[in-house]
Amino acid sequence: MKPTRTLIVTWVIVAATLAYVLAPLFRHDRHGGFEMQKLGRIPVLLNGRIKPLDTVARTSLLIIHGKQTLRTEEGSLTPMDWLAEVLMKSQQANERKIFVMRNPETLTAVGLNAEAGKYFSFNDLFPHLQEIEQQAALSDKVDAQLRSAFQRDVLKLYERISLYHRLENSLEVAGTTDFKSQIDDLLKNIKPSPVPMQSGISSEALQSLGFLAETGYFFPIPPFPPNDDPLQWRKMGESLLVFLTDGKMHPAVRSWAAMTTAFAAKDSVTFNKALDDYLAQLQRDFPGRVWKAKVESVFNQLQLFYSAMVIYVLIFVLACGSWLAWPQTLGRYAFALLVVTFLVHSAGLVTRMYLEGRPPVTNLYSSAVFIGWAAVLLGILLERFFRNGIGSATAAMIGFVTLLIAHHLSMDGDTMEMMRAVLDTNGWLATHVVCVTLGYASTFLAGFLALTYIVRGAFTPSLDRSTAQSLTRMVYGIVCFATLFSFVGTILGGIWADQSWGRFWGWDPKENGALLIVLWNAIILHARWGGLVRQKGLMVLAVFGNVVTSWSWFGVNMLGIGLHSYGFMDSAFPWLIAFGASQLIFMLIGVLPSSVWRSQLEAVKRPTATQMVDVTA
Amino acid sequence: MSSISQSSPFRTLASLRLTVVCLGFGMVLVFLGTLAQVNLGIHAVQARYFQSVFIFWSPPGAHWRIPILPGGYVLGTVLLLNLLAAHATRFQFSRKKVGIILLHFGVILLLVGQLLTGLFARETQMRIDEGQTLGYSEAPREIELAVIDGSDPNFDQVVSIPERLLARGGTIQNQTLPFTLRVRQFLPNSRLEMRSQDQQAPPSLATNGVGTSIIVSEIPRTVKDDERDMSAAFVEINSAQGSLGTWLVSNAVSESQPFTVNNHTYNLIMRQRRYYKQFALTLLHFAHDRYAGTDIPKNFSSRVHLTDLERGENREVLISMNDPLRYRGFTFYQAGFDKNDKTTILQVVRNPAMLLPYIACGLVALGLIIQFSMHLFGFVKKRNQ
Repeated sequence: MKPTRTLIVTWVIVAATLAYVLAPLFRHDRHGGFEMQKLGRIPVLLNGRIKPLDTVARTSLLIIHGKQTLRTEEGSLTPMDWLAEVLMKSQQANERKIFVMRNPETLTAVGLNAEAGKYFSFNDLFPHLQEIEQQAALSDKVDAQLRSAFQRDVLKLYERISLYHRLENSLEVAGTTDFKSQIDDLLKNIKPSPVPMQSGISSEALQSLGFLAETGYFFPIPPFPPNDDPLQWRKMGESLLVFLTDGKMHPAVRSWAAMTTAFAAKDSVTFNKALDDYLAQLQRDFPGRVWKAKVESVFNQLQLFYSAMVIYVLIFVLACGSWLAWPQTLGRYAFALLVVTFLVHSAGLVTRMYLEGRPPVTNLYSSAVFIGWAAVLLGILLERFFRNGIGSATAAMIGFVTLLIAHHLSMDGDTMEMMRAVLDTNGWLATHVVCVTLGYASTFLAGFLALTYIVRGAFTPSLDRSTAQSLTRMVYGIVCFATLFSFVGTILGGIWADQSWGRFWGWDPKENGALLIVLWNAIILHARWGGLVRQKGLMVLAVFGNVVTSWSWFGVNMLGIGLHSYGFMDSAFPWLIAFGASQLIFMLIGVLPSSVWRSQLEAVKRPTATQMVDVTA
Repeated sequence: MSSISQSSPFRTLASLRLTVVCLGFGMVLVFLGTLAQVNLGIHAVQARYFQSVFIFWSPPGAHWRIPILPGGYVLGTVLLLNLLAAHATRFQFSRKKVGIILLHFGVILLLVGQLLTGLFARETQMRIDEGQTLGYSEAPREIELAVIDGSDPNFDQVVSIPERLLARGGTIQNQTLPFTLRVRQFLPNSRLEMRSQDQQAPPSLATNGVGTSIIVSEIPRTVKDDERDMSAAFVEINSAQGSLGTWLVSNAVSESQPFTVNNHTYNLIMRQRRYYKQFALTLLHFAHDRYAGTDIPKNFSSRVHLTDLERGENREVLISMNDPLRYRGFTFYQAGFDKNDKTTILQVVRNPAMLLPYIACGLVALGLIIQFSMHLFGFVKKRNQ
């Protein structure tokens, strides 16, 4: 192939990738003539963070339904289409089969027919609510770590139903058809009084306002007069109760009322008009919030991490292919694609940092994103140096796996949570957490490079001596890097602990996990320097680094003890065990005699004592 | 390498093989010490695994035990010797080895620092109610028996008997007290019930005070971080005239119990061991901030007034998460709260070796960076040739 042709194809691949990544931007959601995309950009307060309604829709649907889209007979609904129904037209929403129930024991226990499929609507569940509530109450009494699969499942079902119920009652009492006229009535008939009962409101109406204030899920009413304090956002019911006492109806209440009534009446023109007016008003009063909400909803729509995950697979295939045929050309395509995908991955990471106002790693989800990102960056550097496809293939592999893990971690809801008191410090998050996570990323990279060595060496004849040597250099260099970051990160963690509760080292499980990584990397380096291991030995040790790191990353959290336990992740446990076991198998393959390997590597001489001293120098 | 090392034990001590073996044992120790926390709790694990010479194992029900692993102290010492020996034999000072020497020196400092911390650091707590002034801190896991002579209106004279002496039992005397105390029974952790709940219970050892109406039963010491042992003891007081009776004391009983010797009234109380300070803290306000619309804590902070008559300090201080008060060798950290946000719990730490990890971290980081950048530049240079 001529170089120019390769260049053209490279650019075509880059352009196609970008088109694939940016395509969702050109989809415009106007479900039934309603401007759903715009609706999703309205900022509301939930769990301490001001976020677009679109995020509320996505995380809620993910929790309840397990997916980000809802397939119905009339076609698929976006999360925002679905949430609009739940908020403003609940009779229809109650018919949607959204509750996914995979555990047959739960179905039987609460009296549902297991043959009806795994999706149920709120109306399907309604007759069984009492039973579900009782079962959940029983499970709740059991210590979280001792609960059976059924108990966890029924408790989760109860939480999902209660989330749905709260969502339904966030703007208006579920089942209301004309919220606007209710508000108009209040405006006409209320004589404000410090005692709401004496404001001329009927006791039923007062009760339903109290119910709205109590049950509502998110806070749709911004502060008035406009200011930046998140503590001044109100639920719909709260705002109306305040109106009874001071007689000032918040303009946002009227906007929401106009939208809900128009939506229930299928009047898209009035709805869109009310929506535009409300957005314009928000834009005037809260330009910063509106901008961030817009960025976040575009970020949601793009799903950069998902796109990157898909492309990483393609890169892996291309890079592996380059070891079989056209090493130059395929390697080049893979590398170009890797760089573009890395930029996509970075864009996602940076956007999250901007939205949260935080360093990159704040929870388990973002650690997965960051580990992938850092490993890909290192992989790109390795590929620049060695140009043999190994950096690309390994980076793509880790990028894919970590984003897949992140994807599964995002099932629990919003991935941008507020930081609990002791963690609310950007300085330490930016230093200790980033260093330790870089340590994870590089230990994984060394481990996956070693896997490449073992798999190519044992199963294919493609591992020649120079590739084997460059892999050795890569693994050695990355282990050095990993030692540096995990050591410094671990000690910085100790210093943080000393700063915040006066104890440098407390043998907390997560601290111990980080220490294990440091010790293991130190063992690899000392064993290498002492001549205790040669090329294959180094690889086998590096693979075990994967086991140590995955233990430290996930395993210790599953113990359910200590300061860093982020909840028991029972569903991930079998995966962790399987991963550990697979690594041990690769290590066994690694120690098989060279004669049974497909690639015949010439024996590397064991270094002599004098050489060894030279190496340590 | 192996032939030389066999010939000389010092060479073995200095060998990289020993380093690798020690680090390997270290990993096993840390891993097992993490798993054991599920059942034993962090304090027992620290004592049994990390601050110990050997880890012992005994089959269920057996009374004998065998050492199966070297403990933290052994591993730390061997690693330290290994490092020192390696530097004594193998390394000559040269520019190429600056990195390695720096980083190993950092590791030595870290190990020594942890040893010193284990030996000399003291962690206590201060629980202050809003408006209250406190001039002492308490050890959360250690009790004392205090005999208080309150006859002087200006100050209390306190004789404090540490847990160690109570556990030993026997007779305790102090020159300032005109009587002796005999510990008839000491229970490190116990459950106290009202005698009225169970009429069948055997008679109490106590003849005076609240103990006569309480049943005490011994229970195992707690392994949970958030629980305290409720210790109890039966103490007989003997004056020159003979026995005055036996009292039950326990840190579960918050009131002191009075008795009279030679027309002098003394008060007897078991409480968390106190460490008096030369200054006092008054809690002005405790704040517990949450994120809007949630129960997620955003910050905890205590506004306290510091009074030190000796040094003329008289000022307000704000102690919050990640922002402690450091004063006269003590550091006060925001550790918790109680009683509906009306009580603050401050962790009070005195650690003379506090600075060592900071220096160690700097040295190791510098050493690693120097060492690895020499590797990297060497490699790049070779490639470019």
